[in-house]
Amino acid sequence: MLLAIKLAYRNLIGAGLRTWLNVLVLSFSFVVIIWIKGIMVGWDHQAKTDMTQYEIAGGQYWQETYDPFDPLTLDISHALIPAEVMPEIEAGDMEPTLLIPGHIFPNGRMQGVTIRGIRSGQSIWKLPTEKLDTVVDAIPAFIGLLMASSNKLETGDLVTIRWRDANGTFDAAEILIVDIFSSNVPGVEAGQVYIPLERLEELTLLEGHATILSYRDPEAPRAELTGWTLKPKEVLTRQVDELIKTKSTAQTILYGILLLLAMLAIFDTQILSIFRRQKEIGTYVALGYTRREVVGLFTVEGTMHAVLAAIAASIYGLPILYWQAKVGWTLPMDASDFGMAMAQTLYPVYTIGLVISTVLLVLITTAVVSYLPSRKIAKMNPTEALRGKLQ
Amino acid sequence: MKKFKTAVLLLGLSLFALTGMAQPTANEILDRVDRNMYSENSIVESSMTIHGRRGSRTMTVRTFAVGDRQAFSEYLSPPREAGTKMLKLENQLWIYSPATDRIIQISGHMLRQSVMGSDLSYEDMMEDHKLTDVYTATLNGTEIINGRPTYVLQLKAKASDLAYDSRRIWIDSERYVPLLEELFAKSGQLLKRTTLSEVKQIEGRWYPTKMVFKDMLKQGDGTEFNVTSIQFNQDIPDHIFSKASLRR
Repeated sequence: MLLAIKLAYRNLIGAGLRTWLNVLVLSFSFVVIIWIKGIMVGWDHQAKTDMTQYEIAGGQYWQETYDPFDPLTLDISHALIPAEVMPEIEAGDMEPTLLIPGHIFPNGRMQGVTIRGIRSGQSIWKLPTEKLDTVVDAIPAFIGLLMASSNKLETGDLVTIRWRDANGTFDAAEILIVDIFSSNVPGVEAGQVYIPLERLEELTLLEGHATILSYRDPEAPRAELTGWTLKPKEVLTRQVDELIKTKSTAQTILYGILLLLAMLAIFDTQILSIFRRQKEIGTYVALGYTRREVVGLFTVEGTMHAVLAAIAASIYGLPILYWQAKVGWTLPMDASDFGMAMAQTLYPVYTIGLVISTVLLVLITTAVVSYLPSRKIAKMNPTEALRGKLQ
Repeated sequence: MKKFKTAVLLLGLSLFALTGMAQPTANEILDRVDRNMYSENSIVESSMTIHGRRGSRTMTVRTFAVGDRQAFSEYLSPPREAGTKMLKLENQLWIYSPATDRIIQISGHMLRQSVMGSDLSYEDMMEDHKLTDVYTATLNGTEIINGRPTYVLQLKAKASDLAYDSRRIWIDSERYVPLLEELFAKSGQLLKRTTLSEVKQIEGRWYPTKMVFKDMLKQGDGTEFNVTSIQFNQDIPDHIFSKASLRR
């Protein structure tokens, strides 16, 4: 085997430019595949981190009728906070949120919103809830950047907000925008207005009610609560997993094409080698090589393209990939249009598993592509091969 | 001097008594309004113009109503809306759309949605209780509105489940028709205003033939209703107020 490797290496180096062109194309595939997969891993990591920090915390309980995709049932989706979770809430490890549908009227335009009652002293999200302690005549409120830009609102603006209380009676008041936060989670920004929970409970006659209970620790075992549906973190992030899976499939096609081009080059090289080196093949057999060993020699020679490509990729690809991990890749379109947790700039994350799986993928594919044309050798007549006769 | 004082006092008391006799109570005013505005049944043809930010659109509607509990409306124009029908029976509402050939019941939270993009919600349209039943009315004085003398009534909700906590209504003190109505939130914020004008005498009763509904929190000119024809106490067949008539 060692002899085969040595021979393969000499043959490859001897082939000169043809080898290096193949290696270059293959190394390019290495870098691109690792980069694309890195972007996907980075996106997954970023989306889940942002969702945890701004929306889902360690997991949630949803009031049983709450359906985020059905705004028409939002005003009945609340219930008294169960007594068994009160110690956790008092300890600050669980946060109740009350969601009430309403409308705001920025510059005389009517915009449907969800009014989110949230405790100002919470610490499980990175939301600027401390600003809700601002003492003003109007109701202090903060909103997300998406909401602010779509409604042309700025910090310090006063806006009229209208809602209905638990009996269905209209009420309206002015809110003062005390802060605008920016996250990468459209769900917590678009159409959301945050006001103090106690104030919302009082205004809607829903003292002690909540729609969502979010807890800090995703690992701790959770009990079922009557009238509430447990939504662990992995359930709440399933949407991200599914989208990334879909996107990954699309990306696989892209780098599949790239790999196909590289493999085509290697396949051609192998065919050409076998065609031009018939006398050499005949000599190997005459010297006592079995046909299988000769096939192995040519397969190793082809596969060695991938080894050289891996080395070349590490030489020029590592600095590029490192630089990308630092500066990230800024999406050419507005990421908020995607409607899910996605940063405008994605930072690729390269894991050991990702690199190893990519190297193995390219190596195995190259080996298979190198082997396929080499099978012809097994059918050759050694005498004819020695004479260099076309077979 | 003493005789003069007594005479002034007597005159004052007489005037007070006369004024007291002339000015009806708030409930009496609302009753007289009801007698003008409500009838056993009616057939109304009207146009509804919705003034939006991107322009205005007008629809014409024919409505058959029995009291305030049953109503059947058919949109006659524009072609896009023509054939759309609405049936209200007590507190239930169905809509038939010819485009989909489906009957949809508007219930629960859907009642809070806008009717065809207007300033009115289905719930506003469905309102069928007598104001005196659900509001405590007080007479807040008199004012001149568009050159007409009016009584100003302040209405405060008796029950806690009404959409509007309070209302103010200006009622023509000679014709007993409302000329202006304002609806308020619990906080006292003005939410909606209805202006009624072009009061005409139809079949012996005064009736405002133009109504402009305006959501006061929104920009725009509101939604305008113009009654083009109205007939009271007609012979309306019962089958009109059935779900089967929606598809006819």
